[in-house]
Amino acid sequence: MIAAAVLAALALACAVGAWRLTSARWTWRAPRTAILLWQSLGVTWGLATTGALFAYALAPYGAGVVHGLSILLIRAEFDIREPHDAIRLCALLSGLTLLAVLVAVLVAAGVQTLRAQRRHRMLLSLIARDEPAVPGVRVVDHPGAAAYCVPGLRSQVVISAGTLDLLSQDELDAMLAHELAHARERHDLVLLPFGALLRALPWAAVVRDAQASVALLVEMAADDRARRFCSPKRLATALLRFGAATSVPTPHGALGATSGQNVMTRVNRLIKPDLDLPAHVRYAILTASAALAVSAPLLWLLPA
Amino acid sequence: MDILWAQSAPLTAREVGRLIADRDLAPTTVMTVLDRLSRKGFLNRTRDGRAWRYEPAESRDAYVTELMLEALDLTGDRSAALTRFAQAVSGSEAEILRRALTELEEQ
Repeated sequence: MIAAAVLAALALACAVGAWRLTSARWTWRAPRTAILLWQSLGVTWGLATTGALFAYALAPYGAGVVHGLSILLIRAEFDIREPHDAIRLCALLSGLTLLAVLVAVLVAAGVQTLRAQRRHRMLLSLIARDEPAVPGVRVVDHPGAAAYCVPGLRSQVVISAGTLDLLSQDELDAMLAHELAHARERHDLVLLPFGALLRALPWAAVVRDAQASVALLVEMAADDRARRFCSPKRLATALLRFGAATSVPTPHGALGATSGQNVMTRVNRLIKPDLDLPAHVRYAILTASAALAVSAPLLWLLPA
Repeated sequence: MDILWAQSAPLTAREVGRLIADRDLAPTTVMTVLDRLSRKGFLNRTRDGRAWRYEPAESRDAYVTELMLEALDLTGDRSAALTRFAQAVSGSEAEILRRALTELEEQ
């Protein structure tokens, strides 16, 4: 019973923590640390919520969640003698459903993303060309401005012919450094679970905000890496020129109203950089994230 | 693919091979490529005697448009398939960005 209570408290703490983190601003001063904290919050929330339900349902076995589940599987029976056994059965079923939904949503998002990427790559191989001015980059002949990275084991950076005309050589280099940072750090994998969760719970404001914050943090992390190889001012002008050129005449449902603000935030951050978070604060946060991520699996194993 | 897009009529593998002038490709290679492309749905093929005639399923522009829609995230599914340099913004926001750009360049 204690394990169930602790797991429930942990799940609640994660939800509150995520809610607080969506409006936190220190994260912009240490995007990578913040991304790790987000990831451990997400994993712990999932494990703690399902774990709390299981721990409550399997309390009579007195063997903890993992052993309790294996006992249940081996005996394949669930006694209902008293009225509150029915509640326990409900907890067990909802725990199983939640776990199945979380896993299914992640797998479905992974498969869908892989399929979209494969189709995109195939189209690129048919349509895109190489450009001597920007080696290693695929160019699509379209007057609009577009620049992106198709992530994967062999990531491809793609820009449109419109982008080539729009940006100066320095700005192009800055932009490519940014895209290569995405490719190298596999930011798509960071975003995948948050996007998947958003698709599963589109009405949950916390999830929507969480996805938006992580997306912005990922961009900032890539900006930080690009800044090591090029002038931040060039990256900032590239961002502004690019952002202004990609505007769409009609507001579209898919576009976040904040995308313009996001560009401005990133530009301000590049021009007037805040001090990085002090190293000891960052290490403290990293340790806390690690402890958080380990806590839920430990509680699953704990016989109580 | 470019060769088929340039032609208005469906072509056989032999005709395609003849049009690929710059490279000395075996006819079977051309056939394999065409067969694979048609199985993936990029080419439609019709029987013509003993040979297949191939034509593009979509125009080149249609594919470019598809790529660009995905690139600008206008398909609406917020997929994580691509990581973009900057998301598209609305018209009024673009105006703000343009002003900021002028300021920054004057510095």
